[in-house]
Amino acid sequence: MNRDAMKDMLLRMADDVLILAHRHSEWTGLGPLLEEDIAFSSIAQDKLGHAQALFSILHEHFEGAEPDAMAFGRTEQLMRCCHLVELPNGEYDFSLMRHFLFDAAEYVRWTALCESSFEPLAKLALKIRGELKYHLYHAQTWVIQLGAEGSEESKARMQTALRNVWPFALGIFEVRPGDADLVSDGVFPGEDVLRERWIAFVSNVFEKAKLEIPVDASAVLGGRDGYHTEHLGPLLDEMTEVYRQDPSAQW
Amino acid sequence: MTKDDVLSALLAVRDPEIPTISVVDMGIITNVTVHSDDNVSVCMTPTFVGCPAIDVMRSDVEQAVRELGVTTVEVSVTFDVPWTTNRLTEKGRAALLKHGLAPPEPYETLTLELDVLNNVACPYCGSRKTTLKSPFGPTLCRSLHYCNSCLQAFEGFKPI
Repeated sequence: MNRDAMKDMLLRMADDVLILAHRHSEWTGLGPLLEEDIAFSSIAQDKLGHAQALFSILHEHFEGAEPDAMAFGRTEQLMRCCHLVELPNGEYDFSLMRHFLFDAAEYVRWTALCESSFEPLAKLALKIRGELKYHLYHAQTWVIQLGAEGSEESKARMQTALRNVWPFALGIFEVRPGDADLVSDGVFPGEDVLRERWIAFVSNVFEKAKLEIPVDASAVLGGRDGYHTEHLGPLLDEMTEVYRQDPSAQW
Repeated sequence: MTKDDVLSALLAVRDPEIPTISVVDMGIITNVTVHSDDNVSVCMTPTFVGCPAIDVMRSDVEQAVRELGVTTVEVSVTFDVPWTTNRLTEKGRAALLKHGLAPPEPYETLTLELDVLNNVACPYCGSRKTTLKSPFGPTLCRSLHYCNSCLQAFEGFKPI
C-alpha cells in the first residue's frame, strides 16, 4: 500500500467535512425556518463525527497526531480541504446548493468505499453511508422544491447558486499524485470515476428541479496542496480559538 | 460469571438521551467476552458516528461490569458491526414508544427516498395518517412528524 497516498486521501476527506461542519454550524440560530436551523446543525454534528472517525484512522494506522490536535492544531498551509467548503455561507440558497453538491459527492464516494480493500475504511463507510442518506434527502428535497416547485424568485436564486457553486464543487475531485496506486490497490475507484458518477447523480436531480448545470466551467483547484481562499484563515482562527488557549485541556 | 450475567448487568445501563431504553435493547452492545471471572471485554458501536453520548455510555458500561466484581474490564468502541435500527430489540421498541418516540420499523433496504419515514405510526393515537416534517430533530437519531388524526406533533426514532 502507498501509505503517503493513503494519508493524503484520508486527510483531504477529513478536512472537507471538518470545515464544512463548521460552516453548517454557523446556521445554528439563524436558519430561515426552525426545522432548517436544526437540520444544518444536526448535519454539522454528523460531519464532525465523520471527521473525527477519519482522524482516528489516521492516528491508529498512519502515525497521525491525536484527532483533536489534527482538527485544531494545524496551520492553514497544512489543511487539505477544497475551496468549496471554505466559502462563507452567503445566503441560504448558496449554502443549500453547496450542501447538495457536496453531499451527493460524499454519497457517491462513501458508497464506493464500502467496497474498499482498506478494511477500516470499508467498515466506516457502511455506517457513514446510512447517515448520508439523510443529508442528501434533506438537500435534494429542497433543491427540487425551490427549483421546479417553487416561485420564479426561488428558482432564479437556485439557478444562480448552482452557477456560482459548480466550479468549486468540481474541485472536490482534484486528482492527486498517489491516487493511481490507491486505485490499483482497490482502495477507491479514483477521483475521475467518482466525478462521473456524481455528475450522473446530480444531473438526475437537476432535471427534476428544472435547473441547468453550467457548461464550460472549469474546476477550482489548489486546496489539496495547501493553497486556500482568503476565507479559511479567519475560519480557523475562530474554530481553534478555545483549543489554542490550552491544547491539553480536558472537558 | 457468564455472558448472560454481564448482559443482565448491562440492562441497567441506559441511554442518557432516552432513559427508558437500555444499551442492550438499543443493540449497541455487539460482543461480550468473559475471559475469566476477573476479566471481561465488551464491544460497543455508536448509533451515529458523531453520537455525543457514546463516551458516557462507554464509562457507564465499564462501571456496571466492575460492580459485578470484575477488576479487568476492557470496553472498546468500534465500527466492526455497524449499528442499524434493525438491531433494536422488541423490548427496545416498546421502550422508545413509552418515551413518546415512534419506533423505527424493521426494513430490508433503506432507499434514498426514505419512504419509510412517511406515514410513521403516531406514538399517541396509532394513526398512520402522519406527515414527515423534517428528517432532523433534537438529537441525531430523531425525526420530526405531525399526526393528521390527533393533530399532534411527535418525534420518531429514525431508521438507519
